[in-house]
Amino acid sequence: MNEYQHLTKQGLWDNNPALVQLLGLCPLLAVTASVTNALGLGLATLFVLVGSNITVSLVRQFVPSEIRIPVFVMVIATFVTIIQLLMNAYVFQLYQSLGIFIPLIVTNCAIIGRAEAYASKNPWQRAAFDGLAMGVGFALVLVVLGAMREIIGNGTLFDGAELLLGEWAAQLRIELFTVNYPLLLAILPPGAFIGMGFIIALKNKIDAVRSARAEKKTVTRARVTA
Amino acid sequence: MTFNSMQKNGLLLAAFAVIATSLVIGVQLLTEDKIEKQQQQQVLRTLNQLIPPALHDNDLYQSCRLLEDPALGTRKAQPLYRAWVDGTPTALAAEIVAPDGYSGAIHLLLAIKPNGEVLGVRTLRHKETPGLGDKIDVEKSNWIKSFAEKRIRGEDDTRWAVQRDGGMFDQFTGATITPRAVISAVKRATLKLQQQADVLFNADLPHCQEGQQ
Repeated sequence: MNEYQHLTKQGLWDNNPALVQLLGLCPLLAVTASVTNALGLGLATLFVLVGSNITVSLVRQFVPSEIRIPVFVMVIATFVTIIQLLMNAYVFQLYQSLGIFIPLIVTNCAIIGRAEAYASKNPWQRAAFDGLAMGVGFALVLVVLGAMREIIGNGTLFDGAELLLGEWAAQLRIELFTVNYPLLLAILPPGAFIGMGFIIALKNKIDAVRSARAEKKTVTRARVTA
Repeated sequence: MTFNSMQKNGLLLAAFAVIATSLVIGVQLLTEDKIEKQQQQQVLRTLNQLIPPALHDNDLYQSCRLLEDPALGTRKAQPLYRAWVDGTPTALAAEIVAPDGYSGAIHLLLAIKPNGEVLGVRTLRHKETPGLGDKIDVEKSNWIKSFAEKRIRGEDDTRWAVQRDGGMFDQFTGATITPRAVISAVKRATLKLQQQADVLFNADLPHCQEGQQ
């Protein structure tokens, strides 16, 4: 397995920032009440992660380790602010519906975690790919959780997708069933925790089954969490 | 030695801060006009939803004037829009604030006829809980449309409250504070605009653009 395949596997599954590292839970739990919001925040986080990873990797030679953390924080904050301004200017309605959670990308530990654990030790191409894999892994979990909560809570999928993707996306909206009273539990934060718990449990189950199948081969693995 | 490296690190940090700040300033300058335009468009779109073309033959955005009145929910001067048809006043709209939302101020746009009948209310900006209080947003629910065609009898009109408080407006499951805040802000502002309608249509108020600078 080459480095890029390894990075893909790490980001999407083995070391998924949301399911394994359990980083960035605040935005993850807060915005996943609908698929559209989840996708919007997932893409914003992905962009910040790739941008900050590349920048951190490019400046790693000049930055002494004593001041690396404040430098990383500045890099990340800069990217988040830029994203926030761009979203405000070009996807205004989505910006309004994500609201406070865009500036909160700054506090997503997955981003500084990748800067510290990977980008600051590797060339920029790999750092960029690591950001991409981790960002996609994070966004996928957001979307899955968003879909679960939107279906259970509201009976719809892709409600309001036109806010993110333009007018054509209005037809993406699927009404699975009508609810007179939305199941509040699914939409409120406890629903996010419960849903998240089920997803992690499912992942662990899949991993357990796979390792049971491969039990004859003894593989020792060291998992590094940031 | 230590001092030297401290100096060097300090300078490096400062250099990063300068680069980061100038990048942000650059993007802000690039997007400033676009963001301003988006906000204007949002207000204009909302205005056009509330005041149909039949009710005005003047440019609503140009009609913007600044009005300072505590009944609008804030001490700051708020934009007021005036509509005429052939010189006859037909509608008044104002950006108002419900300061007592569940998570901070709720910014609303209210339009009334000169006789006090509400043409409609829309939420411009809010931070209410997603899935609960955000039903005041017309994207999420039709609740805010229930203000249309309502009239107010006076200060002690008890129908202007959520049903739980004996009024005529629905509350939301799990969220009562938000609709209460919106209703009381709309009630307060409607009363004021209705009483002052004649004065406001003729008053010489500062233009919006000038006032902001």
